[in-house]
Amino acid sequence: MTTDSRSIEITQAQLTVSDRVRLFFVRPRGDSPFRSLWINALLIVACVIAIYPALRVFTISLRPNDQLFSTSLDIIPKDATLLNYNRLFTDKNFLVWIWNSLMVTVFVSVLGVSMAATSAYAFSRFRFRGRNVSLLFLLTTQMIPAGMLLIPIYLFLARVGLLDTYKGILLAYVVSSIPFSIWILKGYYDTVPVDLEEAAMIDGASRIITFLRIILPLSTPALAIVFLFNFMQSWQEFPVAYQIVQRKELLWTWPLGIKAMQGQFQTEWGMYAAASFMIMIPVLALFLYSAKWLISGLTLGSVKG
Amino acid sequence: MGGLTGEIVTNSLSDVLPAVLLILGLSVALTLVVYVIMSRVFHSKNALAYGLFAPAAVGLLVFVLYPFVFNILIAFSNWRLQNLKNPSFGLEYGWANLQRIFYDPQLQAAGPLLNTPESTFPVLFGRTMIWTVVNVVFHVLGGMGLALLLNRPLKLRGLYRTLLIIPWAIPQVIAALAWRGEFNGTYGFINIMLTRLGLVAPPWLQDPAWAFLAVIIVNVWLGIPFMMVVILGGLQSIAGEYYEAAEIDGASRSQQFRAITLPLLRPVLGPAITLGVIWTFNNFNIIYLVTNGGEPAEQTNILVTALYNAAFGFSRYGFAAMFSLVIFAILFAFAYGWIRYSGALKGVYES
Repeated sequence: MTTDSRSIEITQAQLTVSDRVRLFFVRPRGDSPFRSLWINALLIVACVIAIYPALRVFTISLRPNDQLFSTSLDIIPKDATLLNYNRLFTDKNFLVWIWNSLMVTVFVSVLGVSMAATSAYAFSRFRFRGRNVSLLFLLTTQMIPAGMLLIPIYLFLARVGLLDTYKGILLAYVVSSIPFSIWILKGYYDTVPVDLEEAAMIDGASRIITFLRIILPLSTPALAIVFLFNFMQSWQEFPVAYQIVQRKELLWTWPLGIKAMQGQFQTEWGMYAAASFMIMIPVLALFLYSAKWLISGLTLGSVKG
Repeated sequence: MGGLTGEIVTNSLSDVLPAVLLILGLSVALTLVVYVIMSRVFHSKNALAYGLFAPAAVGLLVFVLYPFVFNILIAFSNWRLQNLKNPSFGLEYGWANLQRIFYDPQLQAAGPLLNTPESTFPVLFGRTMIWTVVNVVFHVLGGMGLALLLNRPLKLRGLYRTLLIIPWAIPQVIAALAWRGEFNGTYGFINIMLTRLGLVAPPWLQDPAWAFLAVIIVNVWLGIPFMMVVILGGLQSIAGEYYEAAEIDGASRSQQFRAITLPLLRPVLGPAITLGVIWTFNNFNIIYLVTNGGEPAEQTNILVTALYNAAFGFSRYGFAAMFSLVIFAILFAFAYGWIRYSGALKGVYES
């Protein structure tokens, strides 16, 4: 790195145009200018495809009601207005939906991650009876078709009177991401050297202390990723919530709310876009902020082995 | 519409918080009890492992295994909306449910929802296969292409990577519903652009073939960033020395790709593709939300969306439960066959 930047300074004086183009896009010792232009062009096209649909949501959210059905492609529409945002708070229970989602999601994630964090330690450090069967079982749960467990859970909740309650959603969600979380965390714990714990145990620390004081702090990035996965999964869950609470609007999570607005495809279209945009932005920010951990965490668990 | 009042907040918290604390308390108690019993009574040196796994194990038994077994029971019943309170169970009902899946030419007994010729089992199965294979192939190819481009020494790499992850970061429900709007024949940006370019504007969501293409486009768009991130992580863990050595030996770029990149990506790609196949096969959200539950006329359904419609659209619980068991069997056989064949998860048990 340091030698690279020094070499730029030396040559800065005698740059040709193509060198300048190349230096703008490419670090020294990279591809030829033509090649780098090509790579950048491809990536820019890919970025546009990736962002454009999200940008359109923003555009539609700014449209006044008489322009919802318009064939304009302007990013900022004519007569842009924030009325749609405003009406979400006055005409809809938008904040209630967000609150419901947030509450359920936080509780489910905390419960799920803490159970997965301890279980994964058992799988990583102990060779106990039933370990392989349990690992196989965890893998098999990933093959259960969407909706399969919802049938018995729905009939069960109906029988005990927990349909249309927060507890119903909580119970239906609580273990859903535990298997996946255990797999990721186990993979990460496996990469933490056993010597660290053994050294502490020679000094008299018990196994539970080494777990709490050594493994957990060292696994913060993996725990953060797993929390994020859990959070995202419950935060945007639709089919289960739809069956359990669709009859009571005050219990709706936000996916039910925006589905209802979109379904009607009338003046609600603008509000739907406004709601989507407001939900999207914090999630995007959180996700992009943690992108670095995501990449390392996803591969760390799987590269090992 | 009152919006979020303090009353709603306190009511919801007082409803949920005790349940959460109860689960937490039970978990801690369970860990301690299992630990003490295993160490004192059975003198197991793995007592702590049993204790730590106990809460999750009980949770999975209660919320996964028990419903799973209950679901098998439901599959052998005539449970549906008409006899919600008093269903009958018996082998003959299970047999009838199974027959309806495979032998009824049009799955008619499942109700009008699965009543079109396009909703027979072979058609749904074939469509699910096309859906899975096409999606995963494009996810891997697209992800690989972008990851290889991003792995070049680019100045704006961080920015590109951030922007390219966006489809993954958008909640699926929002993305699916937004695309549903954009596939509108007149007001969606796709047809606006096609019309302005002088091309034909397809009837995206009205025609079954176009609608199926539409959902595939949406899911490819959504799924590429995940593969890109996973593959990029794998590429960055490959030491540059391999390529330098290959270059000295005169290997071309494509030779380097086949001899170095692909083999060294294997440990990353194997699990990612396995998961990708299972997730895509099982992907309910996109088709259900983009096509509004399989429109037009059930002709975009894959197995899992047809299952959801059978169970919750028409409340044919017994039939749907048997249907779900068949889908599970397919997925299970397929996934284990693939795992054995590819050795994708080799090393998980030993390590």
